Amino acid sequence: MTDRVALVTGASRGIGRAIAINLAASGCAVAVNYRSRSEAADEVVGLIEETGGRAIAVAADVADADAVAAMTADVAEKLGPIAVLVNNAGITDDDLVLRMKPEAWDRVIQTNLGSAYLCTRAVLRGMLKARWGRIINITSVSGLSGNPGQANYAAAKAGLVGLTKSVAKEVGSRGITVNAIAPGFIETDMTEELAEDVRAAVLPAITLGRFGSPEDVAAAVGYLASEDAGYVTGQVLVVDGGLAF
Amino acid sequence: MDRAEVEAKMTDLLVEELGLERDKINMAATFEEDLEVDSLGVVELLMALEDNFGVAIPDEEAESIGTVGQAVDVVMGKLGA
Repeated sequence: MTDRVALVTGASRGIGRAIAINLAASGCAVAVNYRSRSEAADEVVGLIEETGGRAIAVAADVADADAVAAMTADVAEKLGPIAVLVNNAGITDDDLVLRMKPEAWDRVIQTNLGSAYLCTRAVLRGMLKARWGRIINITSVSGLSGNPGQANYAAAKAGLVGLTKSVAKEVGSRGITVNAIAPGFIETDMTEELAEDVRAAVLPAITLGRFGSPEDVAAAVGYLASEDAGYVTGQVLVVDGGLAF
Repeated sequence: MDRAEVEAKMTDLLVEELGLERDKINMAATFEEDLEVDSLGVVELLMALEDNFGVAIPDEEAESIGTVGQAVDVVMGKLGA
């Protein structure tokens, strides 16, 4: 996969960071998107460069249409046309739906789902021209099974599945594949906030008996981004250690 | 750029960017039926026109394009020729 350009949103830490590193290792030049953590993004770029890879850090709030347009233009200018897009940026703002404020609903939907639409629209033109592209949306088992306290997050993640399948059908004839990955419980800053009793309750339900690592998810992204996955589209690959099947 | 030049460039674009067969292209040919261009193909055509002729075609005008000749008309109108 040498010389292809990949854009990974929300790549300064957690799963996005591992995805950026994985794609760089397979030869992609990687644009490491971040919103506010510039030092963390620079660190990811540094790690990639240390191993002989190419990467740049690009700041943008991917929930903002103008910011996304500016970011994708910037990446195309500095690295070349974007061939691989990983929509990974996501936030949580959990509460029981009865107590959930409209702002918390809107913010999570726009950041987790709206951003994927905006980024997809921004990169598709180049992919159509190239007659090649890979779009990988990071959804969640929450979006497939639901999760109490996460109505906004689960709705956004379920929305990503519909986005994935629709866009896959729209652009499949042009050599562009669109897939989703649904991670289960992965050890990141986001899940570190979970109470210990929640973690203890979940663990026995995981067939493989452990929480996942960001690298477990990144490896699946690496596959879907590769030439080898050229006949796979519109799918949701669940990477949850056998939590639900 | 005169009409003949726009027609020639349009034909080249349809062959190179949309992968159509040169033999099938004439000014009366309809995109949808004669040339079997799907809805995404129409969007690609508009992108190609913008990139190659430097003209922006708004949705309302794009909808009026049914044949290759009509696409030439729209481009000619934009070029002010």
